[in-house]
Amino acid sequence: MLYREAGDFKTSYKDDSQTFPIQMDRWGYYAILAIAFIAVPLVINDYWASAVLLPFLIYAIAALGLNVLTGFCGQVSLGTGGFMAVGAYACYKLMTTFPEVSILVHVVLAGGITALVGVLFGLPSLRIKGFYLAVATLAAQFFLVWLFNKVGWFYNYSASGQISAPERTVIGLAVTGPVATPAVKYLVCLSFLVASAWIVRNLTRGSVGRKWMAIRDMDIAAEIIGVNPLASKLTAFAVSSFFVGISGALFFSVYLGAVEVGEVFGIQKSFLVLFMIIIGGLGSIFGSFAGAAFIVLLPVFLKNVLVGGLGWATDLAAHLEIMILGGLIVTFLILEPHGLAQLWRVSKEKLRLWPFPH
Amino acid sequence: MKLKLLAAVAATMMAVSPAMAELVIPALNYRTGPYAPSGIPYADGFSDYMTLVNENGGIDGEMVKVLECETGYNTEKGVECYEQTKGQGALIYIPQSTGITYQLIPKASADEIPIWSVAYGRTSAVNGKVFKWVFNLPATYWDAASIMVKYAMEQEGGSLEGKKIALVYHNSAYGKEPIRTLEKLSEKHGFELSLLPVDHPGQEQKSQWLQIRRERPDYVFMWGWGVMNSVAVQEASNIRFPMDHFIGVWWSGSEGDVVPVGAGADGYKSITWHGAGTDFPALQEIKTKVIDAGKNAGDGSKWGEVGYNRGVYAAAVVAEALRHAKTMGDVTPSSMRDAMETLGMTDERWTELGFPGFTAAFQVTCARHSSPRLGAIQQWNATDKTWTMVSDFMEPDFEVVDPLIEEDSMAYAAENNITPRECN
Repeated sequence: MLYREAGDFKTSYKDDSQTFPIQMDRWGYYAILAIAFIAVPLVINDYWASAVLLPFLIYAIAALGLNVLTGFCGQVSLGTGGFMAVGAYACYKLMTTFPEVSILVHVVLAGGITALVGVLFGLPSLRIKGFYLAVATLAAQFFLVWLFNKVGWFYNYSASGQISAPERTVIGLAVTGPVATPAVKYLVCLSFLVASAWIVRNLTRGSVGRKWMAIRDMDIAAEIIGVNPLASKLTAFAVSSFFVGISGALFFSVYLGAVEVGEVFGIQKSFLVLFMIIIGGLGSIFGSFAGAAFIVLLPVFLKNVLVGGLGWATDLAAHLEIMILGGLIVTFLILEPHGLAQLWRVSKEKLRLWPFPH
Repeated sequence: MKLKLLAAVAATMMAVSPAMAELVIPALNYRTGPYAPSGIPYADGFSDYMTLVNENGGIDGEMVKVLECETGYNTEKGVECYEQTKGQGALIYIPQSTGITYQLIPKASADEIPIWSVAYGRTSAVNGKVFKWVFNLPATYWDAASIMVKYAMEQEGGSLEGKKIALVYHNSAYGKEPIRTLEKLSEKHGFELSLLPVDHPGQEQKSQWLQIRRERPDYVFMWGWGVMNSVAVQEASNIRFPMDHFIGVWWSGSEGDVVPVGAGADGYKSITWHGAGTDFPALQEIKTKVIDAGKNAGDGSKWGEVGYNRGVYAAAVVAEALRHAKTMGDVTPSSMRDAMETLGMTDERWTELGFPGFTAAFQVTCARHSSPRLGAIQQWNATDKTWTMVSDFMEPDFEVVDPLIEEDSMAYAAENNITPRECN
């Protein structure tokens, strides 16, 4: 009744093809942006930033990146953790080599370096598909982690092999390092996320994204109608790795501050991001957000309820957390195999017809 | 749905409001994951001793509240635990993981909460002039490496010239700590060092031990943790490596590491800084007042294990620091830091607390945030299932270790724009 297209007249093609064709969606979008950019920074504290919001924002960027590759272009990748590590180490080397350049530039450059590495590891995708490609990207994951552990140059020969982010400022406010305030860190990550989502959305509805989807749906047919598989697959790898690299750089510099490659960017990270997009919804921007929120927020929420609220033993709660999370994933995927994004789509459809469904 | 979730989280967050008039000590335990075999005994020992302190009337009437938070030895969860407990009046952090320690050193220093990494973490934190908020007693990894070399040298009749030592280590910040010291020592004493990294979590070590079998080193040192330890001991016993030439760091020398291997582990050695077993009045008191009364944190089966006693040790020192801080008025993180910095424990005091002959006396100073920096070698007897000390407490080679500490801590100070304090 309230949520509908009726009465919202479009007079140009531009209006007609906008991302949020329904007025209420647009309002909601602007309201969320306003809350996220204005209200949240005023109330945010250390706990909310470090335990909930920063991981959510950063994982959402990684999920967006992987969704470009897996969701839109149909190339399965298990190398996300390794590519995040490339972003983190590129950012570290840039930060320490060029301390006078802004950290924001370094994060974007780190994304660019990761894109190059991604293209390199994406080359086999021209010959192999599906599970076999997954194995090839798995090799990238293990190789990259091994490389950053083995070669001292990447961690500036520090005794422990850890990299730690020195303090860097943007317009006088510390973004990295221990004195950075939660609001600044949050705003930096949020800006990167909004920019990433905006870019991905516009790429996927343009010719580049349509080529990716053509390749995903049937690569031979796509080739016959004139889509160049080399260019499309490699651009998918490049764009995907670019965002994954940015998320890795932010993960290291803004969120954790000190990183050990084997522990933080191991194979479990690759799986985690893959689960995010599977639960959230393949080939959906909203799905990347929903999946990241589900995987990041649910364990924190369960922990607070079980340990903080009910006063259970921490180990029991930790084990139960894993079981509940696993159970929920299975249930969700049985009820809605296309993920949370599809659930959202269906409920919006229903809402449009409400209260007179046919 | 997201909003609902957030609201629910917020509601529960409100429910966990800080409880005042209690001495809050967060415990970043890991009772789950691949490192749980090492984490559980420690967590039990720490909590049980604190329960005993409370049973005996607390710290001058004030109760100690141990705030358990599960990290699973994972850095991200460690950060979450830190932020969560910070707001609840945490007085001192014992991170229980070298990775989390590295993570927390800058954060806690900025928040002005002391960190005590109990013989792990960043070795150069010994330099209290640079690391004002970080403590690293009773000893460091570099001390351990040096003491292990010294012990091997004694066994070989005073010289390691031309000998081979292999280091099997956890491929992480923790495992890499001793490498620089061992390299220096190999130059000084003329032994050959070979490095064999083992990746997380450490179940896969076949190739490393094959290499050991081929190279036939005279000694194998190990920096292992969690399930990696028992796997390594098993592999060593499989290739019939002489167990008394296999020496682990203190985190590779608990019952959980050797019992699964059975008779094959007999003779395995590790370095330690405190006694094992239950022949101490304080441990007996824990048995009667805590475990038999059903107030224990775990299932009570770890009582008297090396890991358990280590938890007890940490708790006893924290309790003493709390008492010391109490004499200076209300206990705050900052007075806790002052207490840690001036903390001393004589042999008489240890005996008074019920730990005669348990560990060595120490005195922390402003410039030296680690003391006594002694270690002894213990050996496993698989038939009696006991650890026995086979050496006296030994000093590391300060000539080698101290310049390294100075160098590394000054490099940290330069990187982070810290002006070292003036003190002794």
